[in-house]
Amino acid sequence: MSVIAAEPPIATAQPRGAQLRRFARRNPTIVAGGIILSIITLMAIAAPLFTGDAITMHPAQRLRPPSDVNLLGTDHLGRDIFARTVYGARVSLFVGVAVATMSITLGLMIGLMSGYFRKVDLVVMRLMDGLMAIPAILLAIALVALTRASVSTVIFAITIPEIPRVVRLVRAVVLSVREAPYVEAAIAGGTPTWKILLRHIVPNTIAPLIVQATYICASAILIEAALSFLGAGTPPEIPTWGNMIAQSRLFLSRAPWTIFAPGIALALVVLAVNLLGDGLRDRLDPRLARRM
Amino acid sequence: MLTYIAGRLASTVLVMGIVAVFVFLLLHLSPGDPAAIIAGDNATGDQIAAIRRQLGLDDALPVQFFRWVTAVLQGDLGISIFSNEPVAKLISQRVEPTLSLALTTMTVAVTLAVSFGVLAAWKVGTWIDRALMVVSVIGFSVPVFVVGYMLIYVFSINLRWLPVQGYSPIEQGLGPWIERLILPSIALGLAYVALIARITRTSMLEVLAEDYIRTARAKGVANHSMLLKHALKNAGVPIITVIGIGVALLIGGVVITETVFNIPGVGRLVVDAISKRDYPIIQGVILIFSGVYVLVNLAVDLTYTLLDPRIRY
Repeated sequence: MSVIAAEPPIATAQPRGAQLRRFARRNPTIVAGGIILSIITLMAIAAPLFTGDAITMHPAQRLRPPSDVNLLGTDHLGRDIFARTVYGARVSLFVGVAVATMSITLGLMIGLMSGYFRKVDLVVMRLMDGLMAIPAILLAIALVALTRASVSTVIFAITIPEIPRVVRLVRAVVLSVREAPYVEAAIAGGTPTWKILLRHIVPNTIAPLIVQATYICASAILIEAALSFLGAGTPPEIPTWGNMIAQSRLFLSRAPWTIFAPGIALALVVLAVNLLGDGLRDRLDPRLARRM
Repeated sequence: MLTYIAGRLASTVLVMGIVAVFVFLLLHLSPGDPAAIIAGDNATGDQIAAIRRQLGLDDALPVQFFRWVTAVLQGDLGISIFSNEPVAKLISQRVEPTLSLALTTMTVAVTLAVSFGVLAAWKVGTWIDRALMVVSVIGFSVPVFVVGYMLIYVFSINLRWLPVQGYSPIEQGLGPWIERLILPSIALGLAYVALIARITRTSMLEVLAEDYIRTARAKGVANHSMLLKHALKNAGVPIITVIGIGVALLIGGVVITETVFNIPGVGRLVVDAISKRDYPIIQGVILIFSGVYVLVNLAVDLTYTLLDPRIRY
């Protein structure tokens, strides 16, 4: 914070436009990712205002190519691909944010315990090693196959395999901070453990966790689409990008738009989140930036 | 060194043990009766009871686990609910396509990725470097199945250069075998190439900043020899680590790629098992794939000690 306070008054007196331009020049990936993501989020929220019906079937208008009426054509049941793609963004973004929030919260708690209490560490880290050895998509498939397919099951199934990565990250930070003189001073001064964790250790995990959250969000969106594509994700009646691609696979040669519209939307969102993550990493976590 | 290897082997066994507990518990900790889950929604009470008997679900959990692990160690992964055949047999029938796909992808991807990474590090800051890094971010973001369908659309449907889908066993000729593996390998390898190329570039950049590289340059060592002999060899450890970690990415991708390209491999087996709720197959495949992943990473760790004599434990 002191850096900003020490900047000469001329810099802060610059018109807002110039400041924004400078930020964009220095952080092109954050700005590019942020803009794409904001547009898609706004479209997803405002979907009912500007798209047609995404659910009703019109068998007479099946597999129509893109036109004025159907901006991106129709699928094999005559449903509007544009509307379905926009509504699909809702599920993808919701799953991405929900998985990132849940896995960061759970991973932070487990990581703090594991890093601070050595006895807990031994058990927890072995469990995490085991969990990490199971490929994420397979673990998620197994978890969804067991329970009834729904959006919340999918979120749960994607969260579980992401937790170990967060735990490892938090634990590494805790281990390095625990030996710092100010933490030793706090211990010597009789500060209660919960206060040490909350006041002195958690703040150090925030920057790397924000970066990690964006990567988890991107990976969750990809895994959700993959699960739906494989028939182990959201119920088929919900318009998600994975479901749309799965249901259109037989029509690739006759109606490629039915696959490419949701496919490109999916790639664009994941790209935007990844760009945001790369930019945030370079800004917030220079040590990690040098390693990647 | 020997104690290190012994310790590493012991931890591998431990991790596999924990994986086995997870895979076993998946079915038993789920809400509801596993037999009812397997039997499906329209099952009668008798059918559920029959499945309970077949799986031995009436015994205590530790007894069941012990029985299951003993069987697994003898190569018995249980009986498929749907086809009534041993799961181990069903998996072994499907190994060839999956192994072909995974090995071709790995070979091609690692060769390309390391070359790209070295090139980007050598030409750091130029348009070549920037273009390669942009491609790598994109490669990381486009899902396997989207790339797969785009490749099929362009190269199989429009240009008709390659067969659309399917697999041709290797004993029926190398030509058809390779022909049907080209597109799936590209689709599957893209993210893997992106991952390895990025790490190679970073690792090479670190090494190229070292003093001994400057010395080599000063005494007039040729560029290619300096890059490959002096730099790449010393940049090897992080690259090999990420090749090992990336196998998880590859395994997840195999399941999807086999579905897109209709390849009758282990991935298809597990995808077909989802809709039939054929749980022994799902458990067996997870166990095998996790085992492969753990063993690859064990091999990676042991390679370090050979590759880098500075690492001594």
